[in-house]
Amino acid sequence: MKPGYLSLRGIAKHFGKQTALQDIHLDIKKHEFICLLGPSGCGKTTLLRILAGLEKADRGKLEISGKDITAVPAGKRNFGMMFQSYALFPNLSVGENIAYGLRNRLSKSQIADRVEELLGLVELGEQRHKVPAQLSGGQQQRVALARALAFSPDCLLLDEPLSALDAKVRVKLRREICRLHRQFGMTTIMVTHDQEEALTMADRIVVMNKSRIIQVGTPNEVYENPRTPFVADFIGAVNFIGMDKNKHGGAALAIRPENVQLVREDHEKGKQGVVRELEYRGAHYRLVAELLGMKDAPLQQFVVIDVPAESMISLKIRMNQKIFFAFPPEHVIQFDSTADLAAAQ
Amino acid sequence: MNMNIWLKRIRPNAGSWSQNIVMLTMTAALLIAILLPLGELVMKAVTDQEGGFVGLAHFANYFSTPALVASLWNSIKVSTMTTFIAVTLGFGFAYALERSGIQGKWFFRSVALLPLFAPSMLHGLALIYLFGNQGLISTGFFGLLPELRIPLYGPVGIVFSEVLFTFPQAYLMLAVALKSADYRLYEAAESLGASKWRTFWTVTVPGTKFTLISTVFVCFVLTFTDFGAPKVVGGQYNVLATDLYKQVIGQQNMQMGAAVGVLLLIPAVVSFVVDRISQRKQSGWLSAKSTPYRIEGNRRRDALFYALCSAVSAIILGIFLVAVYGSLVKVWPYSLSISFSRYEGLFEGAGPFANSLIISLGTAIIGTLATFMLAYLIEKSRACPVVRHTSYFLSMLPLALPGLVLGLIYVFFFNNPNQPLNGLYGTVWIVILCNIVHFYSVSFLTMTSSLKKLDSEFEAASESMNVPWYQALLRVTVPLSLPTILEIFIYFFINSMVTVSAVIFLYAPDLKPASVAIVNLEDSGDIAPAAAMSTIIILTNLLVRTVIMGLSGKLRKRTEGLLLRKEG
Repeated sequence: MKPGYLSLRGIAKHFGKQTALQDIHLDIKKHEFICLLGPSGCGKTTLLRILAGLEKADRGKLEISGKDITAVPAGKRNFGMMFQSYALFPNLSVGENIAYGLRNRLSKSQIADRVEELLGLVELGEQRHKVPAQLSGGQQQRVALARALAFSPDCLLLDEPLSALDAKVRVKLRREICRLHRQFGMTTIMVTHDQEEALTMADRIVVMNKSRIIQVGTPNEVYENPRTPFVADFIGAVNFIGMDKNKHGGAALAIRPENVQLVREDHEKGKQGVVRELEYRGAHYRLVAELLGMKDAPLQQFVVIDVPAESMISLKIRMNQKIFFAFPPEHVIQFDSTADLAAAQ
Repeated sequence: MNMNIWLKRIRPNAGSWSQNIVMLTMTAALLIAILLPLGELVMKAVTDQEGGFVGLAHFANYFSTPALVASLWNSIKVSTMTTFIAVTLGFGFAYALERSGIQGKWFFRSVALLPLFAPSMLHGLALIYLFGNQGLISTGFFGLLPELRIPLYGPVGIVFSEVLFTFPQAYLMLAVALKSADYRLYEAAESLGASKWRTFWTVTVPGTKFTLISTVFVCFVLTFTDFGAPKVVGGQYNVLATDLYKQVIGQQNMQMGAAVGVLLLIPAVVSFVVDRISQRKQSGWLSAKSTPYRIEGNRRRDALFYALCSAVSAIILGIFLVAVYGSLVKVWPYSLSISFSRYEGLFEGAGPFANSLIISLGTAIIGTLATFMLAYLIEKSRACPVVRHTSYFLSMLPLALPGLVLGLIYVFFFNNPNQPLNGLYGTVWIVILCNIVHFYSVSFLTMTSSLKKLDSEFEAASESMNVPWYQALLRVTVPLSLPTILEIFIYFFINSMVTVSAVIFLYAPDLKPASVAIVNLEDSGDIAPAAAMSTIIILTNLLVRTVIMGLSGKLRKRTEGLLLRKEG
């Protein structure tokens, strides 16, 4: 693969005896929006901080358009960073916060113009004289974003930018970040543990677990063709439905709840089960069915099935009712390795 | 240790060269000001005058001298008595102010803290005015009432004045513990049908247990190592602290002095370790979900505690007023007319009071700066962890150093012609340095906990915007820490005004501080001028505190407003 605009080669990092990152290889194209996705403690924030220059990698190389920046200090990289806590300076006004990093780069009048422009961009012109404590969480987040964008960085690094906000504001700001990204086209790398955020915002998702990169791909690829059981389980819900014994070494099989098909009793590949749990989720219901074996003996194996609300009504499904379902082959996911199956479950 | 090795090690993690240089310089200063003098003490304690190794000979010599062993026992006795009384009273007082509904809490709290503003000799002086041969109470108010004589000079006087000295400390520590209760536990106890008495023993006491243990140790060590009270009202009753003074200043027996110093150090070190452990254990008792204690109405309880607080406050205020009165009386007890003659000349340019002001201001200014920088670098910088941990350890060490021992090790270390820093000896600078070290740890802990409340990403955010660390420090961290910085300033100032234990070994004859002057005056029988000098010190301390707190009150409110975090 040809090296990208931003290229990470064999990055590794340890904190004492603890391994934070190992063997990280990643190529990021210019203007791309990348999400680093993974459970807490997977090393994604450490990776972002290494990109920012706030941590030094133990091993490996970091290049931007062919130039080695592994040893370049944070301030000289021209990367804008937005912190999870926002790290807005509480004693400085909104305007002063945005101008903070410009002081040594621009003249006074240039700074004033630039701050004006950024305040307009994040729609906070009215609030310029307020201090952060007087702003709502969403407004603080936008100030932090404006501050990170102030000196037109080559790369924008976002560390869980939306995690401290409530659901409504989060969706709104998600769109705002995407709009700014489209408008300015700066290469953006965002850390998140929220799969929905990653799926909706990213050009490509980098799934991480246990200090390694597990899979890199577009949201669609990662969702439809997860490379490992961990990825399948972490992004969306999934049923593991046994092994394919035809393959050499065996391959795990899985299917997403929304792809399980309810069928009539006489369906040739139909399986039968009993509804054990029933969860209302608005547009659909989520059922947990226990598989039944010969003579209706419960097998202690469970399958999660998503059923649209209207089908529930038309099929009149109740608790403890017997149902029939099938796994359409085109939706069954196959994994080459079963190595991290246990880890996923 | 070799500096070059450190410099090389730092490199891979270097946040910034300038920051590392400051950090290294300050760590080296700590090393010279604390660790090396302490090493000198240990060296002196196990060598003879020619520097030959004698092992534990000095200690053996000490324990085979009956008079000296007697003072060790005396020290332990008065310290135990004092601790028992002071902790009991402190707990009762703190409980009254934090857990009962009595009126006038503000007044009681102010009175309880009053002794912190006075040199510890003041209590002794007041006791002489009350219970001395010509005392107010001994003579039954000069014949108005029957005489009431107690054997003041000796253990009674020492314990009485040490209780006054340690009570505010005990109160302060226990008040913090009693304030930070989790009310949910009390609700749980009540809903499970526990009586008030049972709740007290199963919730309140366990919740404050570790602080209680720490308080016991702190009071014990304060008394064990205090010099002021036994000097004034000890009479012929010798304790370890006065022994040390006699060995070093009187007989110039540095080796035996060092041995006594080591003995003084033992309970202090134990107390330090116990306190560290308690802090860690106690911290688990509160979580973010804890609800604050709610005081329920209870007339009988309140009446009881009101009586206790009134009694304690009356005694403290009485002591202070008697000292002030004594300083104003023309010739005690013959001519009781009021006169300000004792105060004349106290404010002269080269007098002890002026010296104390210079020393205290110097200590406060330099000490505050140094404390802030060290706390900041240790807490916020990304300098080499080894250096930061070393600095942190050295910053905690003075907690285990009683003032007397600190003064002693400074004499050993700096009063040595071969020592490059010998030039400091006999100047005002060594007194300032010694005071800074003496009061450094508490200030350092206060500063550190205040810095911990600031977002740890401020520095990273500045760095990512290519703003140098010192600019971020001046524009953000310093303004946000200003209330705590002023608090530390007051702490350094007040303590430097009242301290006597460390500086008594170090002051230069032409730069005698007021607190030492009090000891000398009392020594030569001039009780009234000593009381006048004490009064002036208290007034100065109260004035400085009121002015600075007045200024920083608004600032504190504003800063707290800025640091409020809004959710969502």
